[in-house]
Amino acid sequence: MNISRRQMLILLPAAAVAWESVLAGTPESSPNYKMTDHWWSMLIDISKCIGCGNCVRACQAENDVPDGFFRTWVERYHVTDWHLENPEVISPDGGKEGFPSVTEDDNGKYFFVPKLCNHCADSPCTQVCPVGATFISPDGVVLIDQTYCLGCAYCVQACPYGCRYIHPQKKVADKCTLCYHRITKGLTTACCEACPTGARQLADLKNPKDPIHEFLRTHNVQILKPQMATGAKVFYNDLDGSVR
Amino acid sequence: MSVFKDSGHLFRLVALYAVGTLTFLGIRAFFVPHSFGQYGHYRGAAITEIAAHPIHFAGHQTCETCHADVQEMKKTGMHAQVSCEACHGPLAKHADDPSIQPAKLDTAVLCVRCHAASAARPKGFPQVAAAEHSNGLPCETCHKPHSPAISAGGAK
Repeated sequence: MNISRRQMLILLPAAAVAWESVLAGTPESSPNYKMTDHWWSMLIDISKCIGCGNCVRACQAENDVPDGFFRTWVERYHVTDWHLENPEVISPDGGKEGFPSVTEDDNGKYFFVPKLCNHCADSPCTQVCPVGATFISPDGVVLIDQTYCLGCAYCVQACPYGCRYIHPQKKVADKCTLCYHRITKGLTTACCEACPTGARQLADLKNPKDPIHEFLRTHNVQILKPQMATGAKVFYNDLDGSVR
Repeated sequence: MSVFKDSGHLFRLVALYAVGTLTFLGIRAFFVPHSFGQYGHYRGAAITEIAAHPIHFAGHQTCETCHADVQEMKKTGMHAQVSCEACHGPLAKHADDPSIQPAKLDTAVLCVRCHAASAARPKGFPQVAAAEHSNGLPCETCHKPHSPAISAGGAK
């Protein structure tokens, strides 16, 4: 087969474009999902959390989170009398297998605080990334482009909530995606799906019919570290003042 | 035309800058991914890639399309709001291919995860000290997991 110089010059870029689209693959599209119609958040009701660790296990199963690392975890607070500034906080293996039981004679109060990425609207972690590998998506989810991340861990240090880690095998930053692969298909997150008491609720702040609006109006809701002005979007109902 | 006398070096400089700028733009266009800057200072295609990750938890709506009988049983019980995979674990594979059978559950482990007595749990939540409560009998001897209240006619 004889190819003239002219044909070769046309074929080469065409082959390059074709090869690029082969490399890129065709990601499974999510029909009818419009990013600009959503602004995702989560509501956590402390008064409903029983510390079973279902959310932690579900998250690890859904997102292949390596052992010893957590995209979500549960902390148990123990506050004695007036010592609000020095609560005793435990989270054995992220609360994955639950918590040791306590008897009524123990003094003070106990409660569980599930934690996860706050998907901040003005997130410190996205601001420090030197390469644009982490960002907030148009629908309000802080995500990591793991093919672009260098693993410099600036974001791990920048997160005031300790929600990021460097993946031990991939050597890039990793964190909660708010189950982006699920919520864009109309499902709830794995942690919300597995929560037996409804202590976690996925919420869409841009959806006027979402029950979160009514809930926020009628309950004493807090975010974590409001003084840092991160625009955190994980709302806690009934949160004790000792939680920072 | 004395203005342009000896001006050759200026044109050479401009030409050098032009070549330098074009080279830079060429290299940049080659190395910066196509979708970078589509929505902001990041690769726009990353969003669709993350959205394409596989699902492990099918969601209770999927379960209910086949297991309507269980849904009926659960509906009036205390576990009405507990989704299937909260106890049964992630079963998207089973939903895709029903011949893949889920593992049998061990109520000895499962029930106490939520219901073992602990002062740390919210006060209104049903809790039992398992050892004293059942005398070693498995929970499902008296309580049906899908509708755990013991019916009036049943053994107390």
